[in-house]
Amino acid sequence: MKEGKYTFVQGNIACAEGALYAGCSFFGGYPITPSTEIAEFMSEKLPLRGGKFIQMEDEIASIGSIIGAALSGAKSMTSTSGPGFSLMQELIGYACIAEVPCVIVNVMRGGPSTGLPTSPAQSDLLQAKWGTHGDHPTIALVPNSVEEMFTETVRAFNLAEYFRTPVIILGDEIIGHMREKFRLPEPGELEVIDRKLPDVDGLCRLPYRADGKHPACLPNFGASRFHVTGLNHDESGFPTMDPSIVQESNSRIIDKIYHQRELIDKVETKYCEDAEMLFLAVGSAARAAEEVVEEYRRKGIKAGLFRPVTLWPFPKKQFIPYAEKAKKIIVPEMNLGQLRTVVERFARSEKVIPVNLVNGEPLDPEFIMSTIEKCSK
Amino acid sequence: MFDYSTYLRSAKLPHIWCPGCGHGIIFKSLLRAMAKTGWNKDEIVLVSGIGCASRLPGYVDCNTLHTAHGRALAFATGVKLSQPKFHVIVVSGDGDSLAIGGNHFIHACRRNIDITLVVFNNGIYGMTGGQYSPTTPYGDKAATAPYGNVEPQFDVVELAKGCGATFVARGTSFHVPQLDDYIYKALMHKGFSVVDVVEACYTTHGRKQKTKYKNNLDMMKWQRDNAVPLSKAQTMSAEELKGKFVTGIHHETERREFVENYQALIDSLKGGKK
Repeated sequence: MKEGKYTFVQGNIACAEGALYAGCSFFGGYPITPSTEIAEFMSEKLPLRGGKFIQMEDEIASIGSIIGAALSGAKSMTSTSGPGFSLMQELIGYACIAEVPCVIVNVMRGGPSTGLPTSPAQSDLLQAKWGTHGDHPTIALVPNSVEEMFTETVRAFNLAEYFRTPVIILGDEIIGHMREKFRLPEPGELEVIDRKLPDVDGLCRLPYRADGKHPACLPNFGASRFHVTGLNHDESGFPTMDPSIVQESNSRIIDKIYHQRELIDKVETKYCEDAEMLFLAVGSAARAAEEVVEEYRRKGIKAGLFRPVTLWPFPKKQFIPYAEKAKKIIVPEMNLGQLRTVVERFARSEKVIPVNLVNGEPLDPEFIMSTIEKCSK
Repeated sequence: MFDYSTYLRSAKLPHIWCPGCGHGIIFKSLLRAMAKTGWNKDEIVLVSGIGCASRLPGYVDCNTLHTAHGRALAFATGVKLSQPKFHVIVVSGDGDSLAIGGNHFIHACRRNIDITLVVFNNGIYGMTGGQYSPTTPYGDKAATAPYGNVEPQFDVVELAKGCGATFVARGTSFHVPQLDDYIYKALMHKGFSVVDVVEACYTTHGRKQKTKYKNNLDMMKWQRDNAVPLSKAQTMSAEELKGKFVTGIHHETERREFVENYQALIDSLKGGKK
């Protein structure tokens, strides 16, 4: 155990602490259970350090405000849950095409619609990937502990700044409200990345000129005079319908992520090397899955856990070798089979055992084991 | 003669607007007003949503942000709050600012954030082909009102006043010197300022009205003949004012501005050594 002061905090607070550690200076949000503690904490802490908090009139306004702030130079964040995340989808796409760094925290709850506001779910795993219209890049991180709510939020800001793209954190009601031991890292202990800025001498004529498959390198507003739009645009940032430019730029904003996967991928594995029963789980479901894996190992069953901390882009390179060796792939998740649809792209569906819970209860080890037993009969 | 070239991205011209459209007139008025402020172009952020009017920032040599439909004020709020030194101007059509963006409109008024909103109010969705908007006159035909519009209109001035905007004016694309004055005063006003500019779209609206307008000149005459200055309107009865629109500076008051207020909060916390 590292030296330092330990406190006992909930995941949502650790997330907000992570944002401050990463240098977040602007938060725009709208109250929604079970994410409100993040906004409340930011409303208290940001003005103390000269940062800005605003409670906007809805979630669309919230993400609009953080994009505006980000273009003006601030590291910015919003937090929400399912219904608010749905409302934000259009502007997530805006941040993708305009290459604006920002962080969106979705503390997931039961759905669809208003669903189960105070209960946990992993209802938006696929919405995070496919929610906004049009082809677009997605980076989504899924913490499974209070500590990870902190570290993954810092990493989310780093990835957003480096890749110039929105980064989504998928918490859930359990991880958000659970309290665990937590130590705030010292400044400098974790890496904090700031966006690269161009050397602007007068006008920046080509803010969207990108080096090969890299992110664009926009100045902040005030440093130059340039144009930002959600229309397809050329290197100058102005709208274009030139088919070759549109093809190239739509591909580049996705390629910039896929060509530097080593900076994004993060996977935690446990006993995967010889696993015949391979568990794939994220977030709070992975905590229950880990218990089952330990229990099976005690019984002499070769079980292993594969936990993507970066869910999107999906770590298929790391997953496929284990998936091929495994006899069964168990996918416990608090939805009706969102991760399963991903797994079935890499493994025969007969091999996959889905474990799905959408009743608002936490997914527990006993439920996972009994579901596996039923499927094995 | 005013030199527009200082403020234009000339390479981006010609603009997309149709012959007879009022947008170009309001655009030039806005540029003259901006010049009169003496503001540094590097510190002006011009924000828009989606629609014909929202293409305007692309032609102006300053920081320009073309956002999503209805959301210009939300983006602008983030810009202004995070960097109070910026002069933030929003240009928006009637559909953009009052229908899809209505929620942001009323809350920007309520906050009294130091932003100027110019509403290019031609009473129609022009870019999508002439569907009726929240300000399409009652009874007018539109692409989605083939039998005539049966919905009542928003009065932008009353809406803005009621929601708390601290400077509210209405001009037209016909009365240009007055419009210059309203926009300049709105820019200089500390707080949320709204300029409702009544104008017309002949291409997608005027042409559908059969006998009402023969051409776009008729739509300019409609602005000339139906605009009533505030001072004159005060002497007229409600019956006499039917179908007219009242121009002038309708409302000008002082109230705590949001961004300054937030900065005062930050300063007070530092004083409190928390």
